[in-house]
Amino acid sequence: MLRRLSPQVLGALIRNGGGFDAAEDAVQEALLAAAQRWPIEGPPRNPRGWLITVAARRLTDQHRADAARARREAAAVALIPADDLVAPPADAPPAVVDDDTLTLLFLCCHPALTPPSQVALTLRAVGGLTTVEIARAFLVPEASMSRRISRAKQRIRDAGGRFGVLAEPERHERLDTVLQVLYLIFNEGYTASAGPALHRTELTREAVRLTRQVRRLLPDDGEVAGLLALMLLTEARRPARTGPDGALVPLAEQDRRRWSADLIREGIALVTGTLPRSVIGPYQVQAAIAAVHAEAGRAEDTDWAQIHALYELLERIAPNPMTTLNRAVALAMARGPHAGLELLATLDADHRLAGHHRLSAVRAHLLELAGDHPAARSAYLDAARLSTSLPERRYLEDRAARLG
Amino acid sequence: MKYLLLIYSSPATWQALPGEQREEMAREHAALVNELIASGEYLGGNALADALHARVVRIRDGARSVTDGPYAEVKEQLAGYDLVDCDSVERATEIAARLPEARLFAVEVRPVMELNGMEM
Repeated sequence: MLRRLSPQVLGALIRNGGGFDAAEDAVQEALLAAAQRWPIEGPPRNPRGWLITVAARRLTDQHRADAARARREAAAVALIPADDLVAPPADAPPAVVDDDTLTLLFLCCHPALTPPSQVALTLRAVGGLTTVEIARAFLVPEASMSRRISRAKQRIRDAGGRFGVLAEPERHERLDTVLQVLYLIFNEGYTASAGPALHRTELTREAVRLTRQVRRLLPDDGEVAGLLALMLLTEARRPARTGPDGALVPLAEQDRRRWSADLIREGIALVTGTLPRSVIGPYQVQAAIAAVHAEAGRAEDTDWAQIHALYELLERIAPNPMTTLNRAVALAMARGPHAGLELLATLDADHRLAGHHRLSAVRAHLLELAGDHPAARSAYLDAARLSTSLPERRYLEDRAARLG
Repeated sequence: MKYLLLIYSSPATWQALPGEQREEMAREHAALVNELIASGEYLGGNALADALHARVVRIRDGARSVTDGPYAEVKEQLAGYDLVDCDSVERATEIAARLPEARLFAVEVRPVMELNGMEM
């Protein structure tokens, strides 16, 4: 519960004029106090109000200690919204709280920041992960992560970023960035079922939790629903995605009985509930593709013609060589490997894919389907050398070895 | 993305430098490291002792052999490394180019393998 409340408390403090850094420190101290006192004294009737009161008091103390900022003391005291000191009636609309969370997300995804900084700050300020947890998930020392986060906040300040409601079209663009950041967080945590990267699965969980939250706040946005569905349908495969020794299992060879039926049901419901009544966007189409895979009880039952049609749609609304690459796989499965290889050949000149292991990996797969094992083996080995991901390299080397 | 910046240098060239120049390079390197610590991009690094101290270990048919590095006579040797975590290979290259050693010797930029991967 503390994790859920932390961005709300932070949002309330910043909304009322507290600086990002000072407010965050104050929230951390309030959370610490709660973790120490609630188990002994029992949780307060209004936990959120309690946390805001304590955090605001800490903020006041900080300001008091700083003589030059004495004038701001009054503002910090006034920070405690009167309605936060009493428990709200059960039917009160949670509008302000929710808006704060969304505004905080928008601030963390400020365009002055690079994507890795947006990710770190979002996890820290909205996700409520501690700096230690974020550092552990990204396998960097805590000090490095802590500096990166402070620097991100500094950069937002320098760029004049404020905690406030955005007007269109900026709001729309910022929401796109928020979704990209959430998807980045999700993908960072993808795979890693064992070993030093185990903590990264926390990132996937956190991405899903945050996307659910955004979905609650913006229930009518098709792309938010699409991203959530895409995450759920991808996450559904987690139990089947890696073998007992941690090796990647390709989609075609996964034991589909181990896919999470609950996540698939929820993901498909989101896709079918959203697609017909929303402006179509890339996340919805990718979710629809994941849903077609999820609906196939066996790999050979996959409706590749439909997947191919969806990739064509995706290419039209968001042209990208990676999408064409995926369409080549669908085309090969629907109409034979040579059709897929012909489409791949059109990508050879694309500089955006030059040196990318996925192009060689897909070519290897299609050559294997076509029965040209020596060429397939050599393409798998090219892909293995180009890959900078350990599990993917291991998978590609295994495929090559099978054809050896 | 993490990158290892490998600094190769030639002991003979290094030793032929005037003392102030060696000290200036060390200061410049330290200043860059401090800057990277402040930006949160620095993950670690070390200077390495001369390859005269290198030992090479091999196990063959279960037997361990330890020999002195064959590198003592080599002109260029690994002299140190810095590990950075930055946004792009362009940024890593920019950092490498600011290492004073890049002006006299060579710095190799190598990506560190990632641990996440997509099933195919």
